Amino acid sequence: MATVGINEFKNGMKLLINNEPWNITDVDMVKPGKGQAFTRIKIKNLKTGRVVDKTCKSTDKIESADVMELEYQYLYNDGETYFFMHPETYEQIEASKETVGENAKWLVEESICIITLWDNNPIVIMPPNFIEMKIVDTDPGLKGDTSGGGGKPATLESGAVVQIPLFVQIGEVIKVDTRTGEYSNRVKS
Amino acid sequence: MSDMWESQCPLSVLQQRAFLLSKIREFFFHHNVLEVETPILSSSGNTDVNIESFTAEYINTDFSKSYLRTSPEFPLKRLLCSGIGDVFELGKVFRKGEYSKTHNCEFTLLEWYRLDYNYKDLINEVQSLLNEIISSFDGQESESKTITFHQSFLKYLHTDINEVSVNNLNLKCQNFGYSGSQLSKDEALDYLFATQIQTQFNPEVFTFVTHYPASQAALAEINPNDTSTSLRFEVFYQGQELGNGYQELRDSKELQNRFIDDNLFRKTNNLDTVTIDQNLINALNNGMPQCSGIAIGVDRLLMVLLKKDSIQEVMPFNALNS
Repeated sequence: MATVGINEFKNGMKLLINNEPWNITDVDMVKPGKGQAFTRIKIKNLKTGRVVDKTCKSTDKIESADVMELEYQYLYNDGETYFFMHPETYEQIEASKETVGENAKWLVEESICIITLWDNNPIVIMPPNFIEMKIVDTDPGLKGDTSGGGGKPATLESGAVVQIPLFVQIGEVIKVDTRTGEYSNRVKS
Repeated sequence: MSDMWESQCPLSVLQQRAFLLSKIREFFFHHNVLEVETPILSSSGNTDVNIESFTAEYINTDFSKSYLRTSPEFPLKRLLCSGIGDVFELGKVFRKGEYSKTHNCEFTLLEWYRLDYNYKDLINEVQSLLNEIISSFDGQESESKTITFHQSFLKYLHTDINEVSVNNLNLKCQNFGYSGSQLSKDEALDYLFATQIQTQFNPEVFTFVTHYPASQAALAEINPNDTSTSLRFEVFYQGQELGNGYQELRDSKELQNRFIDDNLFRKTNNLDTVTIDQNLINALNNGMPQCSGIAIGVDRLLMVLLKKDSIQEVMPFNALNS
């Protein structure tokens, strides 16, 4: 296994600590006048999203994690397994329901997702920042109410529920920011 | 990135930087301390185990490589041994791998030596220089406070460093967020000092920490009254370490032993060994006058004077776009 010297750390480097993959999000050095240098890093667990601080001697070494982020096209799921395809090589990859987790509700067929592979196995499925989806259910609301103040819940094709303005109706396609789960705008078809 | 060509440092800061350099020169001119320029590139290097040097191709074929200086200390001491008298140098130095808000691998160092000064005399002069500079930047002059390294651990961490075990120190480091490999006593003291003690000093006064452990003497004289400590001191102001000074070691044999020990440590810890400066050993062998010297980081001083958060903000270009 490859190891990296702590003095070579950079943001975005992937590490293997306690058999879990971590991403470096911040690097700082602590060095007393003439003394030993220490490196303080902020790392984010790529599976759980947990962020922790770690301080080591700058001469320590940590194992690097074989982690890649690649773009794949979402194909379909069979309720247990989600199938993705590399848009150029057509190579297919499978991810379990557990791996996809909460993000399942943002998966639109044929959309391009970013898949984090650790030792060639998918560990995180990131949907695109914005997706377009049809509303399958919402209260009809009052016709002509275009005020920005109110809102109502709407259920999308995937089952995701988002708050939308009162004037948006069943059957319309909307754009949603998957990072916040918020309505962005209506999409004219 | 395409905007990397541009300096992020405003013209006004560069003007204040030039003003600071002229004030430093003025101070030493008035005190009859001679400015010299010594080589930046040398066939021998600094063995200090906590400082890494940049290397370059050899200067002459007697050596396999050359070193960019990490301070002007060695050539200045050779000049002292040949009788130059009080001397200072203001110039660029280089330390590999050092980059943070308060570090840049290339930075400006002010280093000076005073004949017949003991470390206390030099502390007084550091205070006058800093106060003169602060006044010329329209700041408030400061008092200074002196505390020994040992006292600082007693006062701020309730720890007697002469009694505490290495394991106990490692536990303390872990309590304060350390999670790397097992630390030696000196490394643990370094960690605790930098993260827990230095941060508690009153930022408005100059804090002089004196009598570092003999094991951290660097090139200071061992304290003749207590051989477990050395006559090395550091100065802190506004939360920053500004300088490191010594009542200077003058014994050539002792100097040589410290260099050899450094290289032994380097060998056992997989660090590159460094070509020892035989010219410096020969110079001390010829006789070095009793003196004290200090090096002050000019970029950090300017950062503190201008109340900036990083030294990169007071440099026209830094390690990321040099």
